[in-house]
Amino acid sequence: MDKWESNRAWFLILPVFVIVAFSAIIPLMTVVNYSVQDIFGPGQRFFVGMEWFREVIHDERLHNALVRQLAFSCMVLLLEIPLGVLIALAMPKKGWGVAACLVLLALPLLIPWNVIGTIWITFTRPDIGLLGKTINDMGIAFDHTARPLDAWITVMAMEVWHWTPLVALLAYAGLRAIPDAYYQAAKIDGASSWAVFRHIQLPKMRGVLTIAVLLRFMDSFLIYAEPFVLTGGGPGDTTTFLSIYLVKIAVGQFDLGPAAAFSLIYFLIVLLFCWLFYQALQNVGTGESK
Amino acid sequence: MGLTLEHVDRIVDGETHLSDINLEFPSGSRNILLGRTLAGKTTLLRIMAGLDRPTRGRVLVDGKDVTGVSVRKRNVAMVYQQFINYPSFTVYDNIASPLRLQGVPRREIDRRVRDVAEMLRLTPFLDRLPSQLSGGQQQRTAIARALVKEADLLLLDEPLVNLDYKLREELREELTAIFERGRSIVVYTTTEPTEALMLGGNVVILDEGRVLQSGPTDRVYHRPESMRAAEVYSDPPINYLDAVVEGGQARIGERITFPLVAHLEGLAPGRYHLGLRANRFFLKKRTDRDVALESVVELSEINGSETFVHVSHQGFSLVVHETGIRSHKMGAAVTVYADPAQFFVFDQEGTLVAAPDPHPAGPSARG
Repeated sequence: MDKWESNRAWFLILPVFVIVAFSAIIPLMTVVNYSVQDIFGPGQRFFVGMEWFREVIHDERLHNALVRQLAFSCMVLLLEIPLGVLIALAMPKKGWGVAACLVLLALPLLIPWNVIGTIWITFTRPDIGLLGKTINDMGIAFDHTARPLDAWITVMAMEVWHWTPLVALLAYAGLRAIPDAYYQAAKIDGASSWAVFRHIQLPKMRGVLTIAVLLRFMDSFLIYAEPFVLTGGGPGDTTTFLSIYLVKIAVGQFDLGPAAAFSLIYFLIVLLFCWLFYQALQNVGTGESK
Repeated sequence: MGLTLEHVDRIVDGETHLSDINLEFPSGSRNILLGRTLAGKTTLLRIMAGLDRPTRGRVLVDGKDVTGVSVRKRNVAMVYQQFINYPSFTVYDNIASPLRLQGVPRREIDRRVRDVAEMLRLTPFLDRLPSQLSGGQQQRTAIARALVKEADLLLLDEPLVNLDYKLREELREELTAIFERGRSIVVYTTTEPTEALMLGGNVVILDEGRVLQSGPTDRVYHRPESMRAAEVYSDPPINYLDAVVEGGQARIGERITFPLVAHLEGLAPGRYHLGLRANRFFLKKRTDRDVALESVVELSEINGSETFVHVSHQGFSLVVHETGIRSHKMGAAVTVYADPAQFFVFDQEGTLVAAPDPHPAGPSARG
């Protein structure tokens, strides 16, 4: 009797299985399937085993893209997290200014990503762009289509402009959640504002900052639309990040097998880094939050 | 050090939070600010600490005006309702933090931290972080941080309100002993009359930003000068009955009359409000002079090992405090007994006219 009832319970989670199968498992297994076959056309495919993985792992252009990607994501974190916290600290705590700041901050987050790329193209063009022309008129040669460093600076600036508000909003929410009594207690103790930041605000923000770091790392590691529109991965391949390179292989060259193998490796790298970050942030000052 | 408040007002956005507060806290005194929520207790503490400036009036320390002096330059310690500790410091570092900021030598810090930790039974937890402690231990840490400063002024803003019943009782007893030992002015806010009575010292009854009455805790309890003060200083709130005095006797409603005994003797004829705390009502006749009030049970609630019976008598809602757990059916008829010698008598304006003798049997009875 008991046995029968508990067996029947499996039917109740069947819908979830179906949804997860269609949304995640089947697409992922298709990619796994592609990654071990050589595909010439419909019906013309051959099993090649680990061949594509071997090829992709030894692809020097992929190594370069990975290094570039890591450098990019690390710089994103180094710039956006401190900047976001600074903005959150500087924001007003009450009054009409709060709403104004929140709206201003949210604006870049609401713009479609490829539009962001377009905005920044026109903004930084050396001939007609407001920023590009100004810099060139000041006597500094600046052209993100020709000079790798300029291209990097432009992509970084765009990324920081686009996503720092998210970090600031998260940090602001964390700050607002600190009861006023903490600040009073620190004031009565005679603690400096640095001490208040270091020993009250920062530990209390640890939870939201963990989320901010994870989100920003993952997102920047997967970045595609904005640099693709802005630089197309150039000049040369100096701003070709992992996903841009992946699309070049899959769509540009129609090498579905290597692209699938690449996707799986890409996926594992993202998972690995997220896990590493999560572990690291959990261990930094255990129990500091709450 | 003595602290004096002179004509202190606090008005925020046109709303009066405190109005004309005049209080004096002598050196080493223990003071309870008793009042309901929003009575202005926290506002007053903040002004005493120097966190806020009074809108009008002066704050004096030993006769010297410190009204505008920043909190950093005053020797103040404060404990809050919430458990406020530095989240990334261990208990030891938390307790030591105010001393480190004062630049006290390392060896003395160690001695003082360990003394206070011992007093508040925190010694086994000195290496833990606040988030690894129970609520009671977190508040003990916060209290230790306040005590270790040996500040001139120790302010506690309903420190036990977020703790469970058992911990509250326990910590309250310990605090009473700790306050006795220290030499700072202690100001402790609470909404609970029992807490005020247990902690002793002086009590200040605050209501809607005004001081209703102040004085030694038990004196105020036995002689609330107004109906409002008696309400704030009774839990459950004091019961009121209307009575008329004429022809040498008093009458409640139409039929219940009783002679003017004890402190009621000599009451001028007129209308009065009679006040009686819930624990002075009984469901059994105890003396011959007891007044019997035929009532109907409206609600009976059990709280710990006590029972509160809410009854209605001729339109008056009364609460009877019975010790022990009893059950009463809703709607049942009960007779409530009260000894007229226990009535507080207030005139029509709500001012105390006569109060019962708190020590009727004792040889050195006080008014």
